[in-house]
Amino acid sequence: MFFNKKIETMAREDLKKLQAERLRKTVERVYNNVPLYRERFDEYGIKPEHIKTVDDLKNLPFTYKTDLRDTYPYGLFAAPMRDVVRIHASSGTTGKQTVVGYTKNDIDVWAECVARAMVSVGGSSEDIVHVSYGYGLFTGGLGIHEGATKLGAAVVPVSTGNTARQINIFKDFGSTILCCTPSYAMYLAEAVKESGISPDELKLRIGIFGAEPWTEEMRQEIEKGLGIKAYDIYGLSEVCGPGVACNCYMQNGLHVQEDHFIPEIIDPDTGEVLPEGESGELVFTCITKEALPLIRYRTRDISSLIYEPCECGRTTVRMTKPCGRTDDMLIIRGVNVFPSQVESVLLNIEGVSPHYHITVDRVNNLDTMEVQVEMSPSLFSDSVKVIQEKEKTIKQALLSTLNISVGVKLVSPKTISRSEGKANRVTDNRKNR
Amino acid sequence: MEIYQVSVFVENKSGKLADITDVLSENGINIRALCIADTADFGILRLIVKDPQKTEKILTEHGFTVTLTRVIGAAISDTPGGLSAVLRILSDAGISIEYLYAFIEKTTDRASVILRVDDDVKAEQVLSENGIELIGGDAFHE
Repeated sequence: MFFNKKIETMAREDLKKLQAERLRKTVERVYNNVPLYRERFDEYGIKPEHIKTVDDLKNLPFTYKTDLRDTYPYGLFAAPMRDVVRIHASSGTTGKQTVVGYTKNDIDVWAECVARAMVSVGGSSEDIVHVSYGYGLFTGGLGIHEGATKLGAAVVPVSTGNTARQINIFKDFGSTILCCTPSYAMYLAEAVKESGISPDELKLRIGIFGAEPWTEEMRQEIEKGLGIKAYDIYGLSEVCGPGVACNCYMQNGLHVQEDHFIPEIIDPDTGEVLPEGESGELVFTCITKEALPLIRYRTRDISSLIYEPCECGRTTVRMTKPCGRTDDMLIIRGVNVFPSQVESVLLNIEGVSPHYHITVDRVNNLDTMEVQVEMSPSLFSDSVKVIQEKEKTIKQALLSTLNISVGVKLVSPKTISRSEGKANRVTDNRKNR
Repeated sequence: MEIYQVSVFVENKSGKLADITDVLSENGINIRALCIADTADFGILRLIVKDPQKTEKILTEHGFTVTLTRVIGAAISDTPGGLSAVLRILSDAGISIEYLYAFIEKTTDRASVILRVDDDVKAEQVLSENGIELIGGDAFHE
């Protein structure tokens, strides 16, 4: 099933033509309306008329998150405020908040992207969409809300928090699609189990999760815990919000809504576009946005692109599940470590709880990394030796994946904070020294 | 009747042990015997109580990680060499002891020792054959 079959299954040649036409308009728009882009293009000696095809994109300068901060709040807007109908702001977890704006048309496009995503995982107007993303400045709540509304589904705008009420609503309202962050889905699955409800008693069948990186192992845990199929939705407020890309029911890569956003994969160090299939930093160019059409925006997410046609029938390119962000990456004794790698290792060990926290420190000029893992019935024993052996298994599994030795600390169950929004899994004490 | 020990995970952090004993106290659970194993990172509180199943349930409900383990009990004389006799018998029979703890009874001149061994059945058999009085679960549990 498709929400917009014509676009989603368009021949790639036609799609490229459409993209080129939209790109040309966008470049002209930002050159005329946004001083920063005009200055930067001039610096590079680029005039809008130089950009004719999608291949010319690589000649344009990048846009960085710092550009949004430097022009805070509205400096990159390409539409007058009278046309702007919505303002969102990033959570500011990685610094000062960034402000993004939408025209009426931008909101429509965004809703269409989300509606396409929902249909591609099997959703329809029959569904009851339970939105446990935060509503407010964060794009998650309202973004999904508008998309589900466009689809004609019944939206339950629960927002985050009050887990007992979330579960009551699952039961009483018969929610069929759950949308939230994967870490909150994990938490809800745990809460459902504790309340003695079997997933079979719930009507939930689909989960659409995003806004933070998560692993394949976590997907399986959530699917089991809630009795659903879990899908990945991708987006960032600077580009649009959730819905820039989403899994289809094949669960093999995320289809990018390419008629609105052109993805590229670059080498984060040199800025060169990487050959097809290689993994690098994901960069997006918005080609239909009116209020904030960012050109070659550096997402800092690490992914790769799959151009082979998907079995679902969509012709749009797929991005692989982002395995982390360049700024999530920890450098421990010179070795690059992503929190998602730790998560993968832990979830592959029988009986280890998916809740963990990483603490990085520097002791006598040497980086140390400790992973806190919650004690669970299957790790526990009355014998010290048995527990220490299991601890050693975890340490060795981490060592063989990360190539650095890591401390493991077993802590009391349920003492690692559960997140209702984006999980905060790392404390880096080196920054405070 | 077998003796069941309640083992509880204790994170190495101040107040964690008191959290457990508070729950026991609030639920009227009397500790008959206990031992704590500790490492640099964590501890294990081992308890002998009247109702191990109920204690396990209550502690689990309070969010602790708990397991029940079968242990054996032997009565020894409260005199020098009492424990040694038991250990020698087990050693001669090739039975390994994981851990043990002993306590003195209020009204008698004997002591009880709780043993966690790798082969309970054989341990009980050799102790019994060598004239050591075994203590059953009925001495502690109801």
